[in-house]
Amino acid sequence: MNVAVEMDAVRHGELLDVSEAGPAPKRNVAAFGFWIFLLSDIVMFSALFASYAVLAKATAGSLTGAQLFDQRNAAMETALLLLSSYSCGLMSLAINSRQHLGTFLGAVVTFLLGAAFLALELREFQVMIALGAVPQRSAFLSAFFTLVGCHGLHVAIGLGWLVLMMIQLALRGFEDVVVRRLHCFSLFWHALDIIWVLIFTIVYLMGVLP
Amino acid sequence: MTTETHWDVAPGDRPAVPASERSASCGLLVYTIGLFLAAVLTATSFWVANTSAIWAPGVPAGLAVLAIAQMGVHLVFFLHITTGPDSTNNVLALAFGVLIAFLVLAGSLVIMANLNENLMAHGEMPGAPAAYTGRH
Repeated sequence: MNVAVEMDAVRHGELLDVSEAGPAPKRNVAAFGFWIFLLSDIVMFSALFASYAVLAKATAGSLTGAQLFDQRNAAMETALLLLSSYSCGLMSLAINSRQHLGTFLGAVVTFLLGAAFLALELREFQVMIALGAVPQRSAFLSAFFTLVGCHGLHVAIGLGWLVLMMIQLALRGFEDVVVRRLHCFSLFWHALDIIWVLIFTIVYLMGVLP
Repeated sequence: MTTETHWDVAPGDRPAVPASERSASCGLLVYTIGLFLAAVLTATSFWVANTSAIWAPGVPAGLAVLAIAQMGVHLVFFLHITTGPDSTNNVLALAFGVLIAFLVLAGSLVIMANLNENLMAHGEMPGAPAAYTGRH
């Protein structure tokens, strides 16, 4: 610590080179690593988007997107996920100021909104399957269920992760490692919302254009 | 910890601001602005897809622009990815991810569109050999 102060005094507040400043704080390293993972996840989704875009017209005489998709349902899902992203942001503010109550409240709201999103999506899948639009019916439906189902799977994993984090927070309090994990969770949740923006635009809005 | 500000901020953290300007309400304001902008852009997307006031062939391009704008809003206001000097690593990683995503998407679409065109030209060729049309 003394060394750092002395160096600062010598350099008059000049920025240290990366090579001189020592290892980065663990929070930055962990979050950056998770950021790389999220980007690789987005690359995977780009492959799913590409296959959907290529196969969107390959309906094999079965139901098309325009017949299957319900825009009101998609709008509700979008609103739920956006609001849960917002409440997740408020939760990370509460975490930064180490407020237990605010964190739990944010987590509960985030969880409920995410669960409502997932319930709507599963109901939509159920209705489609009841109409005979099952994944093995056409290439379009395979691509649709893979893309949207993969996003839904991510949301489900995120919900489980949030529950685990709340248990950890209750048991261990705001330890550094718990705060780091909570921070990674909020990155994950915001990234899922970014992917949903593409899904509702490409699948639900462009998919039903005449 | 005076040296901490010399590091890139972690993705999702807001850029380092002087302690005098930092306050809890400031963070709340950032998220609320983000929510408002995202809601406006989403509502516009749904309106654009359903209105007849816009020249129909322009609708997909409009939707694409709105989606990209909304992703930008999410990145800036929710993930706090900025162009500041303490965010360089995060932005570079993001740029690389976007490059790969773009190559995968655009490459697949171009190649498959090209293949489709070629296959169709064969099928519709007049006087094509019977093997191509399936007739004997």
